[in-house]
Amino acid sequence: MTDVTDNTTIAAPPVERRNSGLRIALYAALGILLVALPLFSGDFYINLASQILIAAIFALSLNLLVGYGGLSSLGHASFLGLSAYFAAWFFTRGGLDHTSAALVALLGTTIVAGFFGLIALRASGLGFLMITLALSQVLWGVAFRWASVTNGDNGLSGMTRPMPFGIDLNGPAAFYWFSLVIFGISFVLMAIFTESAFGSALRGTRDQPRRMAALGFDVWLIRWITFVYAGFWGAVAGLLYVYYHKYIHPTSLSITASAEGLLSVIAGGSGTLGGPVVGSILVVMLKNYASAYVERWNMLLGIVFLVIVIFMPEGLVPGTKRLWKRFTGGAK
Amino acid sequence: MTTSATPALEIINLHKNFGGLPATQNVSIKVQPGERRLIIGPNGAGKTTLFNQITGDFLPTSGTIKLFGQDVTKLKPHKRAHLGLSRTYQIITLFNRDTLAHNITLGLLGLQKARWNMLRPLATYGDMRTEAIRVLGLVNLEHLADRPVTDISYGEKRRVEIAMAMAQRPKVLLLDEPLAGLSAGERANIKELVASIPRETTVVMIEHDMDTALDLAETVTLLHYGKVIVDGERDAVIADEKTREVYLGH
Repeated sequence: MTDVTDNTTIAAPPVERRNSGLRIALYAALGILLVALPLFSGDFYINLASQILIAAIFALSLNLLVGYGGLSSLGHASFLGLSAYFAAWFFTRGGLDHTSAALVALLGTTIVAGFFGLIALRASGLGFLMITLALSQVLWGVAFRWASVTNGDNGLSGMTRPMPFGIDLNGPAAFYWFSLVIFGISFVLMAIFTESAFGSALRGTRDQPRRMAALGFDVWLIRWITFVYAGFWGAVAGLLYVYYHKYIHPTSLSITASAEGLLSVIAGGSGTLGGPVVGSILVVMLKNYASAYVERWNMLLGIVFLVIVIFMPEGLVPGTKRLWKRFTGGAK
Repeated sequence: MTTSATPALEIINLHKNFGGLPATQNVSIKVQPGERRLIIGPNGAGKTTLFNQITGDFLPTSGTIKLFGQDVTKLKPHKRAHLGLSRTYQIITLFNRDTLAHNITLGLLGLQKARWNMLRPLATYGDMRTEAIRVLGLVNLEHLADRPVTDISYGEKRRVEIAMAMAQRPKVLLLDEPLAGLSAGERANIKELVASIPRETTVVMIEHDMDTALDLAETVTLLHYGKVIVDGERDAVIADEKTREVYLGH
């Protein structure tokens, strides 16, 4: 068993440099387009783009659980809604300034995520899904019924947008750029998380949890940390959400809100970084455009989802890559 | 066999019931450091169930399991791994989407503090990659290091299965049917590999292929219906009348 075979193959594989120049150019163009978007679009489209960015942060955070952890959650809107309620309540009724209210929202939501994780991670698979659903329904019920605090079905209004470094965020363009910066930070930090040693361990627990335990990984703790981390980014999305709408209603905590996030992740491609972003674009656009023409836009969303699942079961981003490879591979 | 030293693995009066079905009945086994122990028995004898209790995947109904004198009966599986216990699976349990090098690297990462690092990409741990390639070299698979598991043959997967456990330099290695489903040539290959495992590692192996496995073993335990029927030096167990009755069938 000691004869050494071809030594040259031992070296790390050459990073795929083919088209890398083109790729960088594409990303640069995309970046410039994103930054410059308010210069050539109307307010409607700028606001639509802001909504997409917020939905994308939310979907990316859910994707940490669904795509990288193999833990499908139907209750992730809990963290978006809770954070939004915290911020709105402490700002409009609790007498805190924007910075303090935001910190309370992020910290409070992350702590709640810690507790929810303790309960939900007693199971995995379908059990996990049902517990996350149940927990989010509890929050939804509280938001509806505890009217003295949450103002019930009327929702909490009177929220304003903060003025970071004295910049007024009330204009659509200013808020869009603000959201874009937060989105950029979120995207990069979540990308680093998934590529890290811990992220590799997380993917291991998704694929072979039993083996991971036998190899010395604390599978439960890895999942719990990821749950809390995903909850934190859900809270970040919630803050942006309540700044954007200046209002929060119990529907943000509903199962529909959680399901839209899950749909974005799966339609775009779970376990990829681009997938949840593309999925969010799809869901938010459909919601805004289709609802103008079709009353039952949910049905349209269902049909689109069905088509994706039939033709690209792995999601739009990996599916397109696969077709592109087949196309270019066939052409050469 | 020295009896004064602390056994690497000691099992005392182990019982495991699945509902009303006793899968392990009053099993007591002592394995000394460096020993090569073969566990044999017909299908359903409770061999893998015994392994699953040693690793902590199943908790026994009663009884005690000790690793180097330390009671680990209620310890979680990952904590036992940190005490030097490693295993392979009868049903190949690899990370199919990942490369062979990544598979082995996970085996290395499991015992290192770096497994909690949320900032540094796993790909940048050059020392772990070097070690992973070295370990793949032990099973003659270094030339396939960057291929995904789905690309390699069944026999090669069996070797990765063992390499992943060996990468951890375990003190006690549990091999669950390492020869299952292999051709004669591949079996000779694995036999050579198991024989090359250093003596610092205690090896406990479940195997059906007596021709190959007996050569590797010094001591043999025969299980039947969850009970230890015969236990001792290899030749004595083979010669025993009860072994012939239960296992060899003549």
